Amino acid sequence: MSEDVWAKQDTDPDEIEAAMRGLLFRRHAENEALIPVRVLNLVVIVDRQWRGEISNRLERVGRYQASRTVLCAVEEGRTTLDAVATVHYEEPDAGGIGLVREYVEIDLGPEHLAAIETIVDPVLAGEMPTIAWAPHGHSDAVMRMLPLIDVILLDSDDLPDPLEAFARAKRLFGRAYVVDLAWLRTTPWRERLAASFDLPQRLAALRRVARLEVRHQELSAASGLLLTGWLASRLAWEVEPLVHEGSRVLHGTARRAGGDVALCMRTYDQDAPGLAGVTVTGELGSSLSLQRGDGGLDAEERIFDGPLREWKILGASRGEGGILGEGVRQALLRDPTYNPALEAAQELCPR
Amino acid sequence: MAQTIDDLELENPLVEGLERLPVHPTSLVIFGATGDLAHRKLLPALYNLAHEGQLPERFEMIGVGRRDHEHEEFRDTALDSIQHYSRRGADPKVLEGLLNDMRYIQGSFDEDRVYEELGRTLVEFDDQAGRTLNRIFYLSTAPEFFPLIAGKLGAAGLNEVENASTRIVIEKPFGYDLASARKLNAQLLDVFEEPQIFRIDHYLGKETVQNLLALRFANVLFEPVWNRNYIDHVQITAAEDIGIGGRAGYYEGAGALRDLVQNHMLQLLALLTMEPPTAFDANRLRDEKLKVLEAIVPPEVDQVASMALRAQYGPGTVGGVHVPGYREEPGVAPDSRTPTYAALRLHVSNWRWAGVPFYLRTGKRLARKLTEIAVILRPVPHVALQSSGSVGIQANQIVFQLQPDEGVSVSIGAKIPGTRMRIRPVNMEFRYGTSFLSESPEAYERLILDAMRGDATLFTRNDEIEALWGIIDPILNAWDEDTTSSIPQYESGSAGPVQANELLDEGTIWRRL
Repeated sequence: MSEDVWAKQDTDPDEIEAAMRGLLFRRHAENEALIPVRVLNLVVIVDRQWRGEISNRLERVGRYQASRTVLCAVEEGRTTLDAVATVHYEEPDAGGIGLVREYVEIDLGPEHLAAIETIVDPVLAGEMPTIAWAPHGHSDAVMRMLPLIDVILLDSDDLPDPLEAFARAKRLFGRAYVVDLAWLRTTPWRERLAASFDLPQRLAALRRVARLEVRHQELSAASGLLLTGWLASRLAWEVEPLVHEGSRVLHGTARRAGGDVALCMRTYDQDAPGLAGVTVTGELGSSLSLQRGDGGLDAEERIFDGPLREWKILGASRGEGGILGEGVRQALLRDPTYNPALEAAQELCPR
Repeated sequence: MAQTIDDLELENPLVEGLERLPVHPTSLVIFGATGDLAHRKLLPALYNLAHEGQLPERFEMIGVGRRDHEHEEFRDTALDSIQHYSRRGADPKVLEGLLNDMRYIQGSFDEDRVYEELGRTLVEFDDQAGRTLNRIFYLSTAPEFFPLIAGKLGAAGLNEVENASTRIVIEKPFGYDLASARKLNAQLLDVFEEPQIFRIDHYLGKETVQNLLALRFANVLFEPVWNRNYIDHVQITAAEDIGIGGRAGYYEGAGALRDLVQNHMLQLLALLTMEPPTAFDANRLRDEKLKVLEAIVPPEVDQVASMALRAQYGPGTVGGVHVPGYREEPGVAPDSRTPTYAALRLHVSNWRWAGVPFYLRTGKRLARKLTEIAVILRPVPHVALQSSGSVGIQANQIVFQLQPDEGVSVSIGAKIPGTRMRIRPVNMEFRYGTSFLSESPEAYERLILDAMRGDATLFTRNDEIEALWGIIDPILNAWDEDTTSSIPQYESGSAGPVQANELLDEGTIWRRL
């Protein structure tokens, strides 16, 4: 990977934009096989002292890098804008093309956030969607940028109180499309449950679920609630707030046609954020359990009168880098099941 | 949107909104498991699917081959394939999980013992799972074994199973000519029902090929000009810079027409010219393809010389290296008449396409590797703008590139900056690499998953196969009957034989490779 860099202290957005254009123009003039990627802009607002951590996370998203990333690092006491603009590219193979990605880092002060949209807007590449991510809060700045952006990236697992996190997501949902990393942590589980219950023998059992247990890492309660909310919304369960049973368990009841569903969310000790397992039990005692393991999920199935069967469902973990990358990619898609799941998850939050 | 309980009786309510659709538990049996296709494509594709969590919750694999391997040796071979050819680095735990239960059955495809052992192993997998797994028999073998294996599977009662689906996947070539294709279809249909048969053409698994349909039917921009009124002609090119390598045995019997035109290139032509299907499902899509293939009138024997050209590569230089001619390749007869280059001029005789020539060309040892479909529009009716000092106004071209990069470009005339109104063509480019974050999956990954799901949309139906051969058969017959005329030779590393220009209408030239 090669790069060209421009940097200036006490600059302004027009100068930054002109510098980006100049870097791209010169690179393309030297090698016309180098072509800027044109998929989406990503605007990230961070506290300057933590920007290294966020930069590292962005580097780990692999091929799901935004076309142009604009990282705004907020520094206490700063009154001027400093900027570094970089174009990264790979030299193309003979006859092929090389992709060019752009990265702009702007150091700014808290006062600039009151007009952040006027700083960001000129620096965005045109004719492509823009996604905004503010992992250190700065919600007012995100609100100011709403006219510029199409998608808001957030992580409902970031806030200690899921109810507050879901309220934030719901509030923003009407203003822009929301991609929630906590929701994306549930994606492999949703896909696996959908596939498992697609079998004719199991599909009927979906209508007679008696108990659902979701196990999650301590800091990923929102993911657990979203998975529960997803099942509730897809299966037409009526839900109510769960209640605490000690510090690591939530439980409650959902109503479905013809019966109740006992709900249990349990904190599970694991390093990786996200879900640890899920067990769905039917009226007659049959159950299917999926548990995170090495190289995939460890599955257990018990048919009410049959033996316990155990097997491995293959799949590599995407890791947190993969989750963030997936978040960027999801900006181009629309998932109609998130909002109903979010509403159900809000209902499930303990009061 | 929330579901009502009544909806649950009709469909799986959990599927809504998911990118990956469910795949039911499956045992996959690969015949020819130690062959080149399995080594380079199938096993790496299966690993990638496993890595991404796309394989079904229960997935078992059995390799069947003639090489004398124990299960362990086969697993080592599979490991080697995956490590060499997978598009992603292997996760040791996923790899271990995939390879652990992989079985190998050694034997000739005509031995009853092989099918008995296969049946026992499949039942063993079913017993382990506590349910009958779907079964896929993937025939990655030489084509002469297709009817034998299908017949043996039928005789062993493995062509169907209670409470699960059984499917057979057949690699090309589907027959050698129309008669053999009909015979093969009849032999397969003697054992399997048509919906069980998945005839794979990996070109149809390529993103750009599927994008042909998206571009045509998801945009209002192109469809109004997609007809004889606006399109002057179409050129479909599948050029390779390599020779036949070590495949003389196969290639001498096949030649360029069977190798690429009868299947891949005519499929591209069908997708380019078909009418819009009412829905994107297997039969409606294939019905439309069949209609347009049947509208391509096969030539009479005496018309072949004016609409088809064959040629062979002679010695030459490719990439700075001197290479031998086809007839000097090991395993090739010095007087071989097998074409390594074929060019055709076809017409689609229907209301939309009447009078529009479709030029197809394919060849080995050409100047570069390139697969593309170029749609050349008619020139503007009146040129008021052109002035001297420029290349001037040229007909618009819409080019679908399949190799080496996947993408689409549209050429338009634009004014050259300056005081005079001088025009030159410029390109608007869409490249997968610059417009999407995701990389395109390997065609085999997509197609294996589709076969496991039972989705035949991107597979070829029996009547399509026969329609494809129906177009090619008269040309093959005419060439076979002509044993005396000389076969044009083209220099390796060139753009092909100059005689190919004679197929073109006056004023038309082949696009530069």
